Amino acid sequence: MPNQITVTVNGTPVLVPSGATVAVAMVLVGQVCRTSVSGEPRGPLCGMGICFECRVAIGGVSHCRSCQVLCEQGMQVTTEN
Amino acid sequence: MSSEAQRHFDVLVIGGGPAGMAAAARAAECGVRVGIVDDNFRLGGQIWRGESDAARSDHERSNVSQNTEASRWADRLRASGATALCGLRVVHQPDLGVLLAENLDGFCELTYDKLVLATGARERFLPFPGWTLLNVMGAGGLQAMVKCGLPIQGKRVVVAGTGPLLLAVASYLRQHDAEIPVICEQASWKSLAKFGLTLFSWPQKIIQGIELKRDLAGVSFAANSWPLAAHGQKTLESVTISRAGKNQNIPCDYLACGFHLVPNVELPLLLGCAVSNGCVQVDDLQTTTVPSIFCAGEPTSIGGVELALIEGQIAGLAAARRGFEAKALFGKRQKARRFGRLLDRTLRLRSELRSLSLPDTIVCRCEDVSYSRLRQHGSWRAAKLHTRCGMGPCQGRVCGPATQFLFNWNADSVRPPVFPARVETLAAITGRSQLQHDDATGGRS
Repeated sequence: MPNQITVTVNGTPVLVPSGATVAVAMVLVGQVCRTSVSGEPRGPLCGMGICFECRVAIGGVSHCRSCQVLCEQGMQVTTEN
Repeated sequence: MSSEAQRHFDVLVIGGGPAGMAAAARAAECGVRVGIVDDNFRLGGQIWRGESDAARSDHERSNVSQNTEASRWADRLRASGATALCGLRVVHQPDLGVLLAENLDGFCELTYDKLVLATGARERFLPFPGWTLLNVMGAGGLQAMVKCGLPIQGKRVVVAGTGPLLLAVASYLRQHDAEIPVICEQASWKSLAKFGLTLFSWPQKIIQGIELKRDLAGVSFAANSWPLAAHGQKTLESVTISRAGKNQNIPCDYLACGFHLVPNVELPLLLGCAVSNGCVQVDDLQTTTVPSIFCAGEPTSIGGVELALIEGQIAGLAAARRGFEAKALFGKRQKARRFGRLLDRTLRLRSELRSLSLPDTIVCRCEDVSYSRLRQHGSWRAAKLHTRCGMGPCQGRVCGPATQFLFNWNADSVRPPVFPARVETLAAITGRSQLQHDDATGGRS
């Protein structure tokens, strides 16, 4: 098994493989990254930092593209809606 | 990175994919100071993402053949002495020869004598009912997620759209033990056959094709096929495809769907480089219409990794004032460009795809603008003003190419910053112009 680390998504601890992005953690835990202006749940689309659909708050910094950020032990991720 | 840091490079390369890596390595080998910047947390771009990743699990190491070309260029770049700056994105040009970039911690200014733009390409997305559901992703998008740790073993993935990326992605997912019920390619068998015949001019592509065929043995490949709708409550549950004239519903966990590639020309446009038919215009030495700025790889025309490496090398040499050495590569470049043009012809989007969007299908995902609201307008600009289409954080990167296909709109106007930026970063621009104003007036204003 690869090394695993723990991040927290909306207060829930999630075990992810080291080297995983925050977007992967969001899909693994089944969390919606954001709610669209008309109320639809949204998650990663492009996987490469273009579409901004996977944006979340990381360590209190809002509007981070979760696909462009690697998980770090103890990282606090929150969704913004 | 401390805020307000400033770094100078003789040659600055924006984009760390194959073109950027080749440009940076060749320029740095000429003895000039080179910096290479990428928005991603590692170099390699999308195609070489994770190829030289030491943190990869044993399972993956045994399953994924190491891309020798990727590691060769990574080694060469490392040895060249170029400085790599990852996780950094350029948002604005506050002054000629100055770029403002930010990362998670702050912002910095990058100054240069010569600039090489190697900003790559993104997937083209076409809207269809259900394409905004969770687990509907780009083909390259899903591959990137799996490369970044998403477990795909035992998952059912429908791969759909157009272009060679579909085969590469399906093969990659299969190596990671995903189940691929079908690959849907919108192009016709006729144009694919014509394409296949002309491949004999590119032996390397034939070898790649044979390898793909081996990896995809037993996977059903359907030409004349495309997704009609994705279904599910919140998360994807199944996809309806049109397969050679018949509708078929396929239960699946993921839909990996992309319609070939679109050059990333936002930064070149911001810097004043001329763009024609969606591609940055360059001369023999990859010089754009702005003399100190070069461009290489997908932004000049979608042509794949071989062309990107050749163009990157030429741009890097030219930027280091060694353009005469680049001439040896012109012949190879011409041949590689022909391949790109052939792909363009083969993958031309069929008109049926224009009717995939229903009136209430969302086209602009950032602002949730539906097809019926857009249809009332005559241009990209009018649609932006009346519906906020393209005004969200992606700045039209997703819906722009879609509306170009759906309505023939020209969505290539950009405004700074080219990516959403933090207030502190924007304040730096204001601070900068205030300083210049003070300098000019002796601080008396």
